[in-house]
Amino acid sequence: MMHAPQTATTGSAIRIEGVDKWFASFHALKAVDLDVAAGERIVVCGPSGSGKSTLIRCINRLESHQQGRIVVNGVELNESLKNIDAVRRDVGMVFQHFNLFPHLTVLENCALPQILSRVTPRRDAEEKAMTLLERVRIPEQAQKYPGQLSGGQQQRVAIARALCMNPRVMLFDEPTSALDPEMVKEVLEVMVSLAEEGMTMIVVTHEMGFAKEAADRVVFMDQGRVVEIAEPRVFFDSPKHERTRHFLNQIIH
Amino acid sequence: MAVYAHSSPTAAEMMPPPVRRTPLREVFFGDLFSACLSVAAIGLLWSLLPALNWATLDAVWVTDDPGECRAGGACWAFIADKLRFILFGIYPPEEQWRPLLVIGLILGMTLISLPPKAWSTKLLAGWIAAIAAMLALMWGGFAGMSFVPTGKWGGLPVTLLLALLSLSLAFPLAVVLALGRRSNRVVPRLLSVLSIEIVRGLPLVGLLFVASIMLPLLLPQSWTIDKLGRTLAALTIFAAAYLAEVIRGGLQGVPQGQGEAAEALGIPRWKIVWHIILPQAIQKVIPPLTNTAIVMVKNTSLVLIVGVFDMLSAGRSAATDPEWPAPFAESYIFVGAIYFLICFGISLYSRWLEEGIHSREYK
Ligand SMILES: Nc1ncnc2c1ncn2[C@@H]1O[C@H](COP(=O)(O)OP(=O)(O)OP(=O)(O)O)[C@@H](O)[C@H]1O
Ligand SMILES: [Mg+2]
Repeated sequence: MMHAPQTATTGSAIRIEGVDKWFASFHALKAVDLDVAAGERIVVCGPSGSGKSTLIRCINRLESHQQGRIVVNGVELNESLKNIDAVRRDVGMVFQHFNLFPHLTVLENCALPQILSRVTPRRDAEEKAMTLLERVRIPEQAQKYPGQLSGGQQQRVAIARALCMNPRVMLFDEPTSALDPEMVKEVLEVMVSLAEEGMTMIVVTHEMGFAKEAADRVVFMDQGRVVEIAEPRVFFDSPKHERTRHFLNQIIH
Repeated sequence: MAVYAHSSPTAAEMMPPPVRRTPLREVFFGDLFSACLSVAAIGLLWSLLPALNWATLDAVWVTDDPGECRAGGACWAFIADKLRFILFGIYPPEEQWRPLLVIGLILGMTLISLPPKAWSTKLLAGWIAAIAAMLALMWGGFAGMSFVPTGKWGGLPVTLLLALLSLSLAFPLAVVLALGRRSNRVVPRLLSVLSIEIVRGLPLVGLLFVASIMLPLLLPQSWTIDKLGRTLAALTIFAAAYLAEVIRGGLQGVPQGQGEAAEALGIPRWKIVWHIILPQAIQKVIPPLTNTAIVMVKNTSLVLIVGVFDMLSAGRSAATDPEWPAPFAESYIFVGAIYFLICFGISLYSRWLEEGIHSREYK
């Protein structure tokens, strides 16, 4: 690994062991194992419906798994609301459709969650929000409403909003697939800079350029299973499984 | 057809959009449909001329002698004579500065609450204090003000207080019912559905009768709750059932991703509902909310059936004064005009709110 982890914790930031997940009778995740070290960047890819979103949504308990264990920074995700709170404090998430709060300005989108979940004084929360808006390079949009921004700008606000909570892990669920092509780059740039700073990241994406540039490992999923995990060079040049080859052929051609 | 376009070759970028003015003749008679409607409207106005005549040219505006009103025109002098009675009912005349102050308080508080920027917990506290002050003023019995029982309250303050209190008490109740109806848990959902459907299935008049006549018979004698209070309770329950369904509609329109994003940010459950979900839900249903508010303002007039002396009751009873030649029409028109002003005001306000919301989204 090129970057030192942010925290002194040794071992895994996220440990997923034998996780199964059903939607009613539909088996969405099948015996998934994945270990993510602190500071590691993981890219998850796979065909539509393979369970990528479901997997990362289990990591902050937007979905609950029914078998196996998920441990995030030493806290196990189970029925305990206290544990779920603790995990969500450490894990930020960025969604495909941004999910900004349309009734709040960009600044309030970034400040209010801090005030509501950490009881931060408004002044401090807004200061922090401005710092992060500067970091994603849109401080001048602070007083606008999300509906008045382009998709790329909205997604950068969503990243800033998540970073305002000082997460140790960031989850991205296809952060660029709802964007017009000319806006993909500005969002990927922010993500790459985040990766360079040593943030632990799990990114569901089909942007293979990003995977090659920033990922430590690439995870390929199909039909609810993790089929293959490899470093990007190995993954793209000599994938072991037939299904991986098939998938790569499809998205490259 | 004229097209006015200002063009200046030196500053082409600064050119304003071209303005096209349609001549009036074309607006009203440009096509067959407009022409038919215009003719019909003119015909209608024509047929209303006698009424207009009655209300203006033939009307008696000022007189001390009720006999002058027997000529056949409208008797606006009657309104001038009975104004205090219609506005304040049988509230002791020498004390009528108190209900007048209450009306002033309601108007003032409403005015400062109009811009959404003003909405805060402070304002809410302000309203609670103001309403306590209004009730204290109406009742009196302290600081040298004589005690006036609710049975002697009447007119516009009663109408305004009933509308204001029933809607503002109903709103939080409606939010709870709407959330309950969407809950995953069986008991809250069942309770919400039952109460909403039962109340919506009953006519308001029935509820008012139950509250004002049946309840005292059913409850032990010592439990005497004031008649105005029971009426208010009936109006509140009725409004809550309707508001709950409106708010539920709004809740359904908030995308699931909103709650998920808030949860992922670690915001506690009830704060998500209060700060993220509800504001969006309510913004989506401003037109039906306005509708319910307007209907409820007018519904307060039904309390006259159970003998509460609101503005409509006062207007009706003013017109029965044998000294005057039964000027019911004038009285009802006057009272109706006040209802109209209130309701039209609410309507304008809601349009203004909606424009504010639309200006935030250009997509
Ligand atoms: N809430 C749900 N209820 C029922 N089935 C669901 C639910 N969410 C997901 N599924 C199913 O689980 C499977 C995995 O879904 P998931 O969203 O994780 O796929 P994905 O790999 O993210 O796909 P995509 O690339 O299309 O986003 C799909 O077949 C989907 O239909
Ligand atoms: Mg997905």
